[in-house]
Amino acid sequence: MKQLEKLESQSVYIFREAYSQFKNLAMLWSIGKDSTVLLWLARKAFFGHVPFPLVHIDTSFKIPQMIEYRDRLAREWKLNMVYGRNDQALAEKRTFPDGKLTRVECCRTLKTEALANTLSGAWPRYRLDHATGEYVLDKNTEPYTGVIVGVRADEEGSRSKERYFSPRDRESNWAVGDQPPELWNQFKTDFAPGTHIRVHPLLDWTELDIWEYIDQEKIPVVPLYFDRGTGERYRSLGCYPCTFPVKSTAKNVKEIIEELKTGKFRDIAERSGRAQDAEDGGGLETLRREGYM
Amino acid sequence: MAAEQKMNIVIVGHVDHGKSTLIGRLLADTHSLPKGKLEFVREECRRNSKPFEYAFLLDALKDEQQQGITIDTARIFFKSAKRQYIIIDAPGHIEFLKNMVSGAARAEAALLVIDAQEGIQENSKRHGYLLSMLGIRQVAVCVNKMDLAGYRREVFEKIEKSYSAFLEEIGMKAKSFIPVAAREGENLTGRSARMPWFRGSSVLEVLDSFEMAPTIENKPFRMPVQGVYKFTEMEDTRRIVAGRVESGTISVGDEVVFLPSNKRSVIKSIEGFNRPSQRTVSAGHSTGLTLTEQIYVNRGDIMCKAAEPLPKVSSLMKVELFWMGKRPMVLNRLYKLKIATAQVPVRLKTIERVIDASSLRQASKKEIVRHEVAQCVLHTSAPVAFDLTSELEATGRFVIVDEYDIAGGGIIRQMLDDDHADLRRSIAQREQKWDFSIVEPEERVKSYGHRAALVLLTGPVGMDKRTIAKELEKILFSQGAKTYFLGMGNLLRGLNSDVELHRLERHEHVRRMGEVAHLFMDAGLIVVATASGVNDAELEELQEVTARGTVLIVNVGKNNFKRAVIDLDLDPKLPAGKNAEKVFQLLSERKILFAR
Repeated sequence: MKQLEKLESQSVYIFREAYSQFKNLAMLWSIGKDSTVLLWLARKAFFGHVPFPLVHIDTSFKIPQMIEYRDRLAREWKLNMVYGRNDQALAEKRTFPDGKLTRVECCRTLKTEALANTLSGAWPRYRLDHATGEYVLDKNTEPYTGVIVGVRADEEGSRSKERYFSPRDRESNWAVGDQPPELWNQFKTDFAPGTHIRVHPLLDWTELDIWEYIDQEKIPVVPLYFDRGTGERYRSLGCYPCTFPVKSTAKNVKEIIEELKTGKFRDIAERSGRAQDAEDGGGLETLRREGYM
Repeated sequence: MAAEQKMNIVIVGHVDHGKSTLIGRLLADTHSLPKGKLEFVREECRRNSKPFEYAFLLDALKDEQQQGITIDTARIFFKSAKRQYIIIDAPGHIEFLKNMVSGAARAEAALLVIDAQEGIQENSKRHGYLLSMLGIRQVAVCVNKMDLAGYRREVFEKIEKSYSAFLEEIGMKAKSFIPVAAREGENLTGRSARMPWFRGSSVLEVLDSFEMAPTIENKPFRMPVQGVYKFTEMEDTRRIVAGRVESGTISVGDEVVFLPSNKRSVIKSIEGFNRPSQRTVSAGHSTGLTLTEQIYVNRGDIMCKAAEPLPKVSSLMKVELFWMGKRPMVLNRLYKLKIATAQVPVRLKTIERVIDASSLRQASKKEIVRHEVAQCVLHTSAPVAFDLTSELEATGRFVIVDEYDIAGGGIIRQMLDDDHADLRRSIAQREQKWDFSIVEPEERVKSYGHRAALVLLTGPVGMDKRTIAKELEKILFSQGAKTYFLGMGNLLRGLNSDVELHRLERHEHVRRMGEVAHLFMDAGLIVVATASGVNDAELEELQEVTARGTVLIVNVGKNNFKRAVIDLDLDPKLPAGKNAEKVFQLLSERKILFAR
């Protein structure tokens, strides 16, 4: 089997295991290339369907093209699209762009807190109504007990220690030092009430694998990843105040692959354009323990 | 353009024998580190005034830098001229054995590190033993810290000799032994000038000589069922049996049999999304198949090719397992066995031998404590389909769940006949020759608005189960369900009039009741039956005879079962109508009944 076939097969296997084991399953979709590949793999696993809601945490500071792209695919692929948001913090302007928080505090407020409360159902969820094309308040407030996330082991240190099925306690905390054993494709699928499991089908993929798969499958991605004539493109997507484009003239998927293989990004970390990582002591560990993706 | 092959390598060994240093140095010497990482770590060390160590490169988590030990497995991507590697750094500390196992289970090959000065330690042996149980056949032993042993040949050869002897005892052989000084980079990426007496290959050369796991297309076909999907949205009418082919090959038109349920059908199509159509699929691929007959197949069944050797089916198996749970594994406690996609309650029946994996000495026989390996017999509450690990690995190994956690893992050495082995063989023959109705089960379900099932009311004599059963029949009938009350008395004086009502003959009564229920269930009915004092063995027999169709066990009064998990417990003091309502509710919850 080819490398991409192997990766695809394992990811599909994980998706199906998760689907069979969790009554309230949801997938986080950050709109970036990784979680879009994840979405594609879900369609592979379920033969064109996505039988669970896709949850997006909207910080309101996302690059606008990302939201446009999200809603376009949600309509085209008839996705069960849900988003959550920290409305209170935004109303009080408790954010980094408003000058009241550091970058890490802002991530904690707009992402970690919003994520935990959206997953638990404590805060409102907004669901896309395909009949009207508008988002409406979701009546379902049940907590999601299985949450599929597109993290990759090669992204940064703490993610390299993840399991495919990773438990989180009531406060979404991750006990890094005491993780369940995982062997022979048997995963942790039994859990105490109040806790939930993060599922990571993309764990074994690298940035290069992701792009080669996008190329092979012709998966549509946000155009922000490509140079549109300015000599700059995004390598990793996030909120505009904290994510910066890199100097690159890669105009399409093939050129990105070439750049990753032989060009100047060959040995530069992917998240080097993310300012919050640097503020957190070079890694995302503090944020991730508290429940950040 | 195809992505490059990647090989998973695990590094194991006793704590402080230098696994992280070996990897760190390997990364540095092969220029596999992200730009600036080495400088960053050197600078960090300078700022905190501690000497630089290559191991720090891996200790990405703050916890680990504080304690100086690897807590969990980390994955490191690394490249040689030949291919890419994913190196899994497994912790050597005994506290984290479950993490070592998690890391090693993913690997295709292993590097086992032994400190030249400290020599073979407890975990050097325990890890070696576990590698063999995990099925890792390609192992290279690195005798590390040769610099501290003065690069002396006799130090290396002494360890090589005694560790080879240990491996031989557990039926393993290392591909090679390499003397290394990881900190100095000796014998890592090139041959060491300091150890000219060593004629073998360097670590990197040995890694490159390992082979990728061979595909197992030439073995019998096995596909554990992960789910049966019917997504009705967007007018999709396909009913797809989904799973990953663990071994062998299957093609459109092949006859298949599902075990342990014994259902049979023929492959109609192979399904996929955004891929060219295919008529054959083989080992390693996650796929989906449609069948010519719409038989009921459940998650946990193993799809096999009727013309090939089939897996074993039994509720008794002799296994070898290692225990990772905080509390010991004990006799008579209920655990959960997960094998391929099946999950079934299980008990430890007997412990034959407990082995201390680090000394190979036998230990106590009463329980299996954490970090011990044991040979024992497991008894599942329902028969499962499996292969022997020696024949097929993927369907021959399992994990044990204690409450919420995976606490043990093991391999199946031998199938043991349980009490129903003979019956099972004759039922398999019956199913093989079954003359199917032209009306498919799915059509009946659609027309009747419910699935077929046997509701068995049992419990001590005198609980008036018959009244509840008849009340249930009435409710079901009034709701439009096709249902029938099967009275044991009616059978005794009719079909069974040739069998004496004797304790020894009781199992024949049970068998016949099962056969009659099976016919009604084949006709799509919800059969309501009563039988007093049914025990575990009789219930298992009934489940065999009904070809593992849906049997719901409703107990009234004192519970007589030791192994069986009952579906509903009724209070005999409640009015019969109220109890019948409860069973009706259960049928809805279990989706036997659904709104038409």
